Amino acid sequence: MSYGITNILNFLNMAVLASAPLLLATLGEILTEKSGNLNLGVEGMMFMGAIASLGAAYSYEQAVTLAGGMPSPLLATLIAAGAAAAAGALGALIYAFLVVTLRANQNVTGLTLTIFGTGFANFFGELIGKQAGGFVQVSAATKAMFGNLDMGALSQIPVLGPLLFRYNWMVYFGLVAMLVMAWFLGRSRRGLNLRAVGENPATADAAGVNVARYKYMATIAGGALCGLGGMYISMSSTACAGVWVHNCVNGYGWLAVALVIFATWSPTRAWLCGLVFGGLLVVRNYYPIPGLPMQIYSMFPYIATILVLVFASIRQVKEHAQPASCGLNYFREER
Amino acid sequence: MTHAHDPFVRVVKRTNIERSKVVLFRLTALVGALLAGALLVALLGYDPAQMYGDMVSGAIKGFIGVNKKGVLAFTNASQATIKIMTLLLVSALGLTMAFKMRFWNIGGEGQILVGAICSSYVAIQFGDTWPQWLILPAMFLAGCVGGGLYGLLPAIFKARWGTNETLFTLMLNYIALNFITYLQYQPSWQITGTSFPKIRDFADSTQLPGVLGVHIGWIIALLLAVLVYLYFAKTKQGYEITVVGESANTARYAGMNVTRIILRTMFISGAICGFAGFLQVSGADGTLTTDTAGGAGFTAITVAWLAGMNPLLMIVYSFFIAILERGSNRIQTTMGIPKSAADMLIGIILFFMLGVEFFINYRLVFRARHRKEEAAA
Repeated sequence: MSYGITNILNFLNMAVLASAPLLLATLGEILTEKSGNLNLGVEGMMFMGAIASLGAAYSYEQAVTLAGGMPSPLLATLIAAGAAAAAGALGALIYAFLVVTLRANQNVTGLTLTIFGTGFANFFGELIGKQAGGFVQVSAATKAMFGNLDMGALSQIPVLGPLLFRYNWMVYFGLVAMLVMAWFLGRSRRGLNLRAVGENPATADAAGVNVARYKYMATIAGGALCGLGGMYISMSSTACAGVWVHNCVNGYGWLAVALVIFATWSPTRAWLCGLVFGGLLVVRNYYPIPGLPMQIYSMFPYIATILVLVFASIRQVKEHAQPASCGLNYFREER
Repeated sequence: MTHAHDPFVRVVKRTNIERSKVVLFRLTALVGALLAGALLVALLGYDPAQMYGDMVSGAIKGFIGVNKKGVLAFTNASQATIKIMTLLLVSALGLTMAFKMRFWNIGGEGQILVGAICSSYVAIQFGDTWPQWLILPAMFLAGCVGGGLYGLLPAIFKARWGTNETLFTLMLNYIALNFITYLQYQPSWQITGTSFPKIRDFADSTQLPGVLGVHIGWIIALLLAVLVYLYFAKTKQGYEITVVGESANTARYAGMNVTRIILRTMFISGAICGFAGFLQVSGADGTLTTDTAGGAGFTAITVAWLAGMNPLLMIVYSFFIAILERGSNRIQTTMGIPKSAADMLIGIILFFMLGVEFFINYRLVFRARHRKEEAAA
C-alpha cells in the first residue's frame, strides 16, 4: 500500500478511536437532556467513571493475587465496566436529587458535579497510586482486553479490515448503544414518554406520566453512559491505557456537551458528529499544515466547537431543537 | 373530610423567613459538608481532626507578625494563602458581573489567561526599557482590555443570535491555554539563548510593590469588592444588570437597550478577570505559565455562588476557599493526603449549599402535622 493510503487509514483509525469516548458521553447527555435536565457535569461523571473502572479492576487484581489466585482479565473488564457505570450513575444521582427533588439551579449543580468529579478522580487516582507505590496500573492481561481486537480473517481484509474490524470492544459497544438509543427514543413508548417530559412536563404529568421518575431514570442512565465514556479514556485510550494519568479526561466531557448541540439531540447524528470531532482531535498528527505550529493546530477542535455553536444558533430549526423544557426545573405546584 | 389521599409530605413555599434563620441554615450546611468530608477521610483511615487542623495551620499559621527583619508582615504560610485569595476574589468579582445577568460565563480561566498574556506581552517588549511608573499601568491596561475583549466575544454572539455562552466561554479557555503553550516555544519569549519551552522571568520593574509581604494586589482586591458592591447597589448600570438577569423582556419593556447592557457587562466581567491575570504575572508569579490561572476561573465560580453573588461576602468565602486550597498542599506533605482533596471538598460544600437552598425557600408539611394545623384552624 502506498504511504498516502496507509496514512489515510491510520488517520481514520485514530479518528474512530478518539470518537469513542465522545460518542458514549454524548449519548449519555442526549438521554439526560431529553428528560429536560441539562447536566453540565459530564466532565465530572467521566472523571468518576475513569477512576472507578481503573480502581476497581486494580483492586480486584490485587485481591485475587493476594489470595494466591490468577485474576481473570475478563472478570476484571466486567468489574471495571460495572464500576464505571455505577460511578457515573452515582454522580448523576447526586445531580438528579439536587435538581429534581431539591429544585436546585441546573447550571450550577452541573458545574459543581464537574468540580467534584474532577477532584474525586484525581484524589483517588493519587491515593491508590501512592498505596501501589508510585502509580496505579492494571495487569498486562487486562490492558490487552481493552486493546484492539483481532477478528481473524475479518481483520485481515485489505483496507476494510483495519478500517472496520480492528478496534477495541468499546468502539463496537458505542455503536450498539447508539442503535439502542435511537430505537428507544424514536420507536418505544417509554422513549416517547421521556421526550414528552423533556418537551412539556406539565402535559406529560397531566397525561399520567411520572415526571420525576423519568427525569431520575434518564439522568442516571445518562450518567452511567458518561461513566463508561470515562472508562474508555482511562483504560483504552493510548494516552492512559490502564494507568492513572492526572487530569486525564481533560475537556472531553465539555466537547461532548457541545456535540449534543452539534448532533441536534439525535443519537445517529451524534455518531457522525463524534467521528468528525474524533478526526479533528487527531488530524494534526497525520496532516501537518506547513508553517502552522502544533500548539495552534491543537486549538482546532475548540475553534470548531465554537463555530458549530454559532452556526447552530444562527439557523434555528424548530424540529431539531433542544427539548423545550431543557434547563428548567418542573414544579407541579407552580403550574 | 377524608385525608386518605393526602400525600405523606407536601412542599410549601415559604413566604417569609428571618435573615438569622437563613444564616443558621447555611452554616448548618457548611458544617454538614465539612463533617461529610471528615467522614470520608476517616473511612480512608486518616484522622479528620488532624487533617482540618493541618490545613488551617498550613494556610494561616501565625497569620501576621513581626518577621526576622523586624518588619510587620504576613507569615510565610499566610502569604501564599493571601495570594490565592486575591486571585480568587478578583476573578469571582468579575464573574459575578456576568452571573447577575444570568450570563453563564465559565470562561473566567480564559479571560484571566488572556489578561495575563497581554500584560506579559508588554512586560516582555518594554520591561527592560520603560520605567516602573510607566510599565505597570501599561501592563494593567493591556490585561484589562485583553480580558475584556475575550469576554466580549461570546457576548456579541449571545446578544445577536443567543449562542450558548456556557460552552463558548469554556472553549475559549482551552484556546487561551494552547496559546500560552505556543508562546513557550517562541524564542523571543524564552530565556535568551535557550530553547527550553518556558517563558522567561520578567524584569523587576514589572513587579508590583508589596504590602506586608504580599503584592499590593490584595488591597486592591478588597477595594474592588467594595466597588463592585456599590456598583450593584447604587448605580443605574448595576440595576440594569439585575433587571436583565431577572427577565430580558421586562428590561426591554422598560426601555433598556439589552444588547448594550450584555456587551458592556461582559466586557467589564472579562476585564476584571483580565485584571486578575495581570496581578498574577506582575505580583504573584513574575512570569507567565500554563498554571498562571491554575483553575481559579472555575474555583471563583464557587466563591461567587457560595456568597450568593454578594461582593462583600466574597471576601469571606475567597479567604475560606484559599485556606482549603493552600491547606491541601500542607496535608499532602504532613499526612500524605493528595491535595486534590481540596477540590473534592469544595464540591461537597457546594452540593450541601445547593441543597440547603431548598429548605430556605420551601418547607415540608407532613401529613399528621397538616391535619393538626387544619384542626387548629
